[in-house]
Amino acid sequence: MTQAEQERRFLEKIEKEIKIEPNDWMPDEYRQTLIRQISQHAHSEIVGMLPEGNWITRAPNLRRKAVLLAKVQDEAGHGLYLYSSCETLGADREQLIDDMHTGKAKYSSIFNYPAVTWADIGTIGWLVDGAAIMNQVALCRTSYGPYARAMVKICKEESFHQRQGYEALIKLCNGTPQQKAMAQDAMNRFWWPALMMFGPSDAESTHSDQSIKWKIKRFTNDELRQSFVDATVSQAEILGLTIPDPNLKWNEARGHYDFSEINWDEFWQVVKGNGPCNKERIAARLKAKEDGLWVREAANAFAKKRAMKKSA
Amino acid sequence: MQDPALFEYVLRLSDDSLILGQRLGEWCGHGPILEEDIALTNISLDLIGQAISLYDFAAELEGAGRNHDQLAYLRFENEYKNVLLVEQPNGDFAMTILRQFFFDAFRLPLYEALMQSPVEQLAAIAAKSVKETRYHLKHTSEWVIRMGDGTEESHERAQAAIDHLWRYASELFYEDAHDQTLQAAGLVPKMAGIQAKWSETVTAVLNEATLSIPTNNWKFDGGREGRHSEHMGYILSDLQYMQRAYPNMEW
Repeated sequence: MTQAEQERRFLEKIEKEIKIEPNDWMPDEYRQTLIRQISQHAHSEIVGMLPEGNWITRAPNLRRKAVLLAKVQDEAGHGLYLYSSCETLGADREQLIDDMHTGKAKYSSIFNYPAVTWADIGTIGWLVDGAAIMNQVALCRTSYGPYARAMVKICKEESFHQRQGYEALIKLCNGTPQQKAMAQDAMNRFWWPALMMFGPSDAESTHSDQSIKWKIKRFTNDELRQSFVDATVSQAEILGLTIPDPNLKWNEARGHYDFSEINWDEFWQVVKGNGPCNKERIAARLKAKEDGLWVREAANAFAKKRAMKKSA
Repeated sequence: MQDPALFEYVLRLSDDSLILGQRLGEWCGHGPILEEDIALTNISLDLIGQAISLYDFAAELEGAGRNHDQLAYLRFENEYKNVLLVEQPNGDFAMTILRQFFFDAFRLPLYEALMQSPVEQLAAIAAKSVKETRYHLKHTSEWVIRMGDGTEESHERAQAAIDHLWRYASELFYEDAHDQTLQAAGLVPKMAGIQAKWSETVTAVLNEATLSIPTNNWKFDGGREGRHSEHMGYILSDLQYMQRAYPNMEW
């Protein structure tokens, strides 16, 4: 079969909503785009464990501690499926992780902001997992089979995470003035970084067009960002929290909320490594990798010894 | 309080679970491989879950209107009755696994025996926790064997952890008047039987791992009476931070 014929069949599958599977022919650029996007998502899950993990020992009661442990454990699990999805595309997990450590591969910039109060944990659940779900629900129908199936499972767990975050904030917002102020402060710090999670505006996004044609992405960054704002305003009202944007208002003609322009300088600074915690996050991951080297070597050496004993 | 001996007994079990769960929680996001991040977090979660059930029961026995969070978060250091083993720092992965292994090898036969206790609530908690603990012991035993019979470095690290932690092992089988009262009434098992099973497990696993059992008899205790190591204050600083900084609030 000629390459042109293979490509025609590939596009036909995309057109007919037939999932692309690991052994199917696919354009190299499709494969690379998926590896980039899925590994970036995997890295985000893993780095995302750090700001939250940081609060496990200080969670204010036993129930919150258990819920937070369960949530962070889910994130590690998501990281695992997603790395496995990348492996179905021929990528090597260790190489992907090294690419993150060197800065070649990115992870979601939101995790470069510090989690400094308990309210941040609730806010991360509500806004950050909320924004992630907005992206990921769309990805449940993505054209690559293993990615779409991983997303279905991940979305179920993320919905639980968002609910627990929101529920933690309800407690704060119905609590003492000090607790309410803690929640508002977290909102003030996380609102804009949460909106930045959808990536650059459509005009600036380098990967969007082709990804939409290949049905890797179903909606553009700006469409998803707008859906998130539209869904979140009433949730903030229920909590009695103010969204830190004086220009936020309902636009009857558009049927959407208008909101201010994102501070793109800050966005690009954090993407480029100059956010408040970029260095700490990578340093923590590198240290885990280096400290764990002897453990991985031991596991490999042991597995080899046992295999030799078996065959002897 | 109707039964101070039983309260004390359940409190000790609760504190062991809480403090070890708290220690394991420090690993989150820093494990040597992703699979171990999941496993250590999972064991931590099981221990915190056990602590909740145990503190609920302790609170009921105490009858002073305290709930599980007040018991877990609002006592002073000398009121915590966990063994010194569980408050020891995580150290490297070998230290964490060996600490957990020594603990699991103790907890499993203890829960198995407590399932037979005429104290229904305690038997029920033991029955639920025994399944989790069996899995924990399987997991830590496998790692002890892998490290012992892995590379030279992993063997040395595992042996160093054993040599260091050995001094804290005998406290697991601590008994005082409270235990003896409960044992005489047939409510809880004697520690001698638990210790025999512990030794059997530890010997078998260390043998398979090509690791040695230390010959020294250096023993530390005090945790069961509320006398802790220097590490305990720091653990409580993290654990109690929110409850102490924002008293009487709900979260």
